[in-house]
Amino acid sequence: MSVGTAQVLERCRAEGRAALIGYLPVGFPDLETSIAAMVTLVENGCDIVEVGLPYSDPVIDGPANQRAVAQALAGGTRVADVFDATRAVRAAGAPPMVMTYWNLVLRRGIDRFADELRDAGGAGLITPDLIPDEAADWMSASERTGLDRVFLVAPSSTPERLARVTEACRGFVYAAAVMGVTGVRSSVGAAAEDLVSRTRAVTDLPVCVGLGVSTGAQAAQVGAFADGVIVGSALVSTFFDVTPREGLDKLGALTRELAAGVAEGRAR
Amino acid sequence: MTTGRFGMFGGRYVPEPLVPALEQLDEVRQKAAVDPEFLAELERLHRTYTGRPSIITEVPRFAAHAGGGRVVLKREDLNHTGSHKINNVLAQALLTKRMGKRRIIAETGAGQHGVATATAAALMGLDCTIYMGKVDTERQALNVARMKILGAEVVAVEHGSQTLKDAINEALRDWVTNVDDTHYAIGTVTGPYPFPEMVRDFHKIIGIEAREQILDLTGRLPDAVIACVGGGSNAMGIFHRFIEDADVRLIGVEAGGEGIESGRHAARFAVAQPGVLHGAMSYLMQDEDGQTLESHSVSAGLDYPSVGPEHSYLRDVGRAEYRHATDEQTMEAFRLLCRTEGIIPALESAHALAGAIEVGRELGPDALLLINLSGRGDKDMHTAASWFGLIEETS
Repeated sequence: MSVGTAQVLERCRAEGRAALIGYLPVGFPDLETSIAAMVTLVENGCDIVEVGLPYSDPVIDGPANQRAVAQALAGGTRVADVFDATRAVRAAGAPPMVMTYWNLVLRRGIDRFADELRDAGGAGLITPDLIPDEAADWMSASERTGLDRVFLVAPSSTPERLARVTEACRGFVYAAAVMGVTGVRSSVGAAAEDLVSRTRAVTDLPVCVGLGVSTGAQAAQVGAFADGVIVGSALVSTFFDVTPREGLDKLGALTRELAAGVAEGRAR
Repeated sequence: MTTGRFGMFGGRYVPEPLVPALEQLDEVRQKAAVDPEFLAELERLHRTYTGRPSIITEVPRFAAHAGGGRVVLKREDLNHTGSHKINNVLAQALLTKRMGKRRIIAETGAGQHGVATATAAALMGLDCTIYMGKVDTERQALNVARMKILGAEVVAVEHGSQTLKDAINEALRDWVTNVDDTHYAIGTVTGPYPFPEMVRDFHKIIGIEAREQILDLTGRLPDAVIACVGGGSNAMGIFHRFIEDADVRLIGVEAGGEGIESGRHAARFAVAQPGVLHGAMSYLMQDEDGQTLESHSVSAGLDYPSVGPEHSYLRDVGRAEYRHATDEQTMEAFRLLCRTEGIIPALESAHALAGAIEVGRELGPDALLLINLSGRGDKDMHTAASWFGLIEETS
């Protein structure tokens, strides 16, 4: 059995730091580079890779991710490409979590998708537009395959929702730290820390914080109170308006900065 | 969970941050539905602002081309702002105030829902932002001007197909960011629960009035009730009161665009499989991978790749039937109503007329058809004039 997200998060906790979780979409800027980019994340200190599956109507994504997934789809990216990416990430030594809007899974068939993902080394799914209330079939497919299922909590979540959502999660909980779509933000906000502590009050699962982090300093700041720091748009943006080679170099440098950030987080 | 589903269709496929707002909306609208004060205020607005009840008009010169039976129009085009959309929007604006929110946002395709929302916002002192696909802002420029005159901000959405679907994406992004003080007034019977049920309930007055009116006029129920179906709000509005009248056929007319075989259409029921878009499970035009396909129609208001979940349910259980009218059939029906009856219909509604011509010919001279004329065609003059070659193209 390959290493799951829970074990990685446990190891990071033992090291006295938060985990670094990096998001990149498959097929951006092209399929080959996107897979090389995910491997670059792992080689430069990223603990878990969030493998994005491009979707035509990404309603919780901001301009950077929209631009990237639109380019990936225009370049012919198919759902099956995600499994090449998860294999590569697994081979590089990190658990791949696939981030996908629900219709893509539904269309392929929930059980079929789960089987293929498990066989391709996938650790589980992050589902931004699937709430536990609608997830009965995914709950049973993930039980059967041993895949992690990560649902979101948000600053607007009531204590009842926090309990309901975290009870359904396996692996970790995704705390969407600010209300809004994905994208780089200059300050990560006090709401994030409050959300993490309210979430911890109802679950023992690790709580990872996403939406808005772009620098090592911010990663350190969030890593001081969260179990994992999720970075997306800032990583994606390293490929805008440069050659793939230059993008990979920029990506490697930013990943090292973010990894150093989470490493110092708890030391302060 | 079964709450908010019509059979397998509907549900609530949304990002978690929106769930509290949907729960609040559901609670507030259920309370309002039995609150005499709310109902009286809505009734007063219907009567003194919208101009309800809307009349019915029998159209014998049109009917002569539709099998020679009797054809009756429910005149939602005569409502203030020019379509049925105002019924839903006034009610949602009242709910917005009840929830203590100060801002209302909406998507719009043809601009009818946007104009209605901007109108309600002006009436009730709410801030208003309307999202509209860039393609639609061009083909419905007059409605863009109307919304701006009414004080709304209009955002032209340049992503994707730049039509209704992309306007909804952008409105959802706004809502997830500003949900504390903002209500998203979805304009049709789609979206996450409770929208499909709530919007239907705010439009069911159409069918309640029409059933009584046609009984008064003809002494019997119609053989068929016919309405165009984009998201499907005007159709659900007029269908709902007739659902228990088993002998009344309920017929929805989708946009056949340039024909099914061309791939450029919005005839979801002709080709689509169930899927999830914008918070609801319903029939959806999608590719093999589940990516949303672009729809096409001469009418912006029907140019949407999915359909309200209750329509999917009514279709699957066999209570409603759906057919489609091509752009060409629609424009012919549009011209026919203009020339025979002096009524200029919206291009959306002209699909229902095109469907009625077919149904009337199938049923023959004993038939009695009730058509929901959901909107008026002033906004479509540019499209129609170009189609019929009545103006010179300036570009």
